[in-house]
Amino acid sequence: MLRTKDLLDLESCTAAEIKLILDTAEAFLAVMRRRIPKVPILRDKTIVNLFYENSTRTRISFELAEKRLSADVINFSASGSSVSKGETLKDTVDNILAMRADLVVMRHGSSGAARYLADRVPVGVVNAGDGMHEHPTQGLLDMLTMRQKMGTLQGKRVVVVGDILHSRVARSNVWGLTKMGAQVTVCGPPPLIPVEMESMGCKVEYDLPKAVADADAINVLRIQLERQTVQNFPGNREYARRYRVDGALLAKTKPSCFVLHPGPMNRDVEITSEVADGPRQVILEQVTNGVAVRMAIIYLLSGGAPESLGENLN
Amino acid sequence: MSKPKQPSATNPSPRLVVENALLVDPSRGLEAEGHLVCEAGKVISCDAGPAPEALRSDAGELIDARGLLLSPGLWDIHVHFREPGQEDKETIATGSQAAARGGFTDVVSMPNTQPVVDTAGTVRLILDRAREAGLCRVHPTGAITVGLESKQMVEYADLVDAGAVGFTDDGRPVEDGGLMRRAMDYSRILGVPMITHAEDLTLSEGGAMHEGAWSTRLGLRGIPYAAEVVCIARDIELARHTGAHLHVAHVSSRLAVQLIRRAKEDGLQVTAETAPHFLDLTDADCVDYDPRFKMNPPLRTIDDQEALIEALADGTLDCIATDHAPHTDTEKNRPFAEAPFGVIGLETAFAVGHDRLVRRGSMGYSRLIELMSTAGARIMGLPGGGLAPGSRSDFALIDPEETWTPQVRDLGSKGRNCPWLGRSLTGRVVATHLGEGFSFRRAAVDTARRD
Repeated sequence: MLRTKDLLDLESCTAAEIKLILDTAEAFLAVMRRRIPKVPILRDKTIVNLFYENSTRTRISFELAEKRLSADVINFSASGSSVSKGETLKDTVDNILAMRADLVVMRHGSSGAARYLADRVPVGVVNAGDGMHEHPTQGLLDMLTMRQKMGTLQGKRVVVVGDILHSRVARSNVWGLTKMGAQVTVCGPPPLIPVEMESMGCKVEYDLPKAVADADAINVLRIQLERQTVQNFPGNREYARRYRVDGALLAKTKPSCFVLHPGPMNRDVEITSEVADGPRQVILEQVTNGVAVRMAIIYLLSGGAPESLGENLN
Repeated sequence: MSKPKQPSATNPSPRLVVENALLVDPSRGLEAEGHLVCEAGKVISCDAGPAPEALRSDAGELIDARGLLLSPGLWDIHVHFREPGQEDKETIATGSQAAARGGFTDVVSMPNTQPVVDTAGTVRLILDRAREAGLCRVHPTGAITVGLESKQMVEYADLVDAGAVGFTDDGRPVEDGGLMRRAMDYSRILGVPMITHAEDLTLSEGGAMHEGAWSTRLGLRGIPYAAEVVCIARDIELARHTGAHLHVAHVSSRLAVQLIRRAKEDGLQVTAETAPHFLDLTDADCVDYDPRFKMNPPLRTIDDQEALIEALADGTLDCIATDHAPHTDTEKNRPFAEAPFGVIGLETAFAVGHDRLVRRGSMGYSRLIELMSTAGARIMGLPGGGLAPGSRSDFALIDPEETWTPQVRDLGSKGRNCPWLGRSLTGRVVATHLGEGFSFRRAAVDTARRD
């Protein structure tokens, strides 16, 4: 059981809650490996996926998680919907509530939108990404993947490299990993690092080779072309020159250091195909873990008790 | 709400005597227990001590204002009354109501209406509406550029002749420095201030709140100090070059204060204002993504707040102006990044100023009232902000000890975007007198004798 009805961010989660989610996710990984990878726990629930931003992998991941818990799933995407006809978020929400959903998973382009929704509806809200603010389920699946590879997060050094300024994944990574005792360093060109980022508990380093010299894990973020309204850096070719993760960079890291990427990748912009397809990345494990983490969160927010997990999974 | 009575030969407004008040009249350096007597829209007597018996004896109304401050009617030289064109947000009538509730008898309205106040006709419309409402004197500013587009000058003298009291593109900056220079140069023959909304749009671009640790945490685009400071620096240099009177609107930062202090030391004709919200709130207040804390310039840090308070006390900042900016609920009730900038402030301005400046010991009543009344009139070069005999009987009665929590019913504005709803404040307007009668009057103002 989590303390509130919602999962809006990792900033407000405790280390104990994060551990609970990760442990629960491990149990659901076992479910996913079964011949029938489903459990009937949420067969009485209806979940709405309210996606105001384009997303393939996150929405599918949530949908898979929800279906594996046997919930009924409604998908609502912004284009071709009432939103393009000028309906406000508040009105959309009221309409969906009137249809008696039990849980809402929302992705929205405005920071704070998940909070906006959660404050106005009695049902639980899972933040699937709000603007530049947080993407808690991504942070959790990143942490699960790292914990699997390293055994623990305590004392580990994680570098997050890319467009930190616009990245909700970066912020969630910093909050979550720091709470679990890891040391996070963010790296990128100065215009893409938010001011006073250290106040979030991480280090800031503009020199990538220096940042990754003693790293245990490197989380490579996509350059967010769709979020750029102004020119933040001189272009992809320039970015690749100083900040791309390639084989030569990895050769100078610890042999145990591995690479994550939330996807979708801009191959050869922030990461080379050599690395993306090579032996030192865990990108597909992240995807699998993503479904399990989302099953865990939805289970716990729907009143699922960790103690009952064993019987619920049989 | 009663309109002040129209005078006539057969029914001049009766004499009103207010006594036992704490009289604060910064125009005469007066702060003492005293009285005010007014009749037919003018102050007949106003000084320390009791009212002359001769004037008391045939008074139409006698008010015992024990425990209340009596100040010149308050001035707010930066309000948005949204009419013409955006009457869902506010009208001149409802804005005047908000002003009267806040103790204001005079406001200076901003020209970013629809249409923009860039022709004489619109100036006259505003003056007409204000007269019809009769609850507050509205002094319209005109735009510096046509349509606020920073391309073409407005016919300034034409608008001054119609009643404009100054010029500004507020809401927007004048983007073209050359044009701003020429407009400021021209203003010297008009004798009115040029008010700058200082913002470099390429630096504030897309920002929703102050750029700092909080915008980083909240994942909101930030508006850096530089956006304001760079433009203030430009306009100060233009004031230096032209010798025009520059008034800097809504100063929000220590860096800006430093520039203004230096400009004054250099003897330039520069005045400046800050708003109550900058004195009481900071960027940390955006933590819940509540758009009632979203305005432009944005709330900044505690350090900036301290600099602004110091600057109000030492004269670097000349006055307090609310930047009263109503919006409809539909517009404000949105995710933070999507909501428009602006908060209302007329009804709560005195209380916030009193709480943050007087009660915390930065200044006394005289300086606060000077900042909220006398200085505004002086900056605009208009009569008012004082209660010397012969002046208009525009005054406010304020209970400095009353603690209250603003609710929606206390608002006169159509806007509900008030950061202080539900927050306790101390200092509350009891009555506002405009010309020949009260524009606002709460119950329980003692009356010893009525006709």
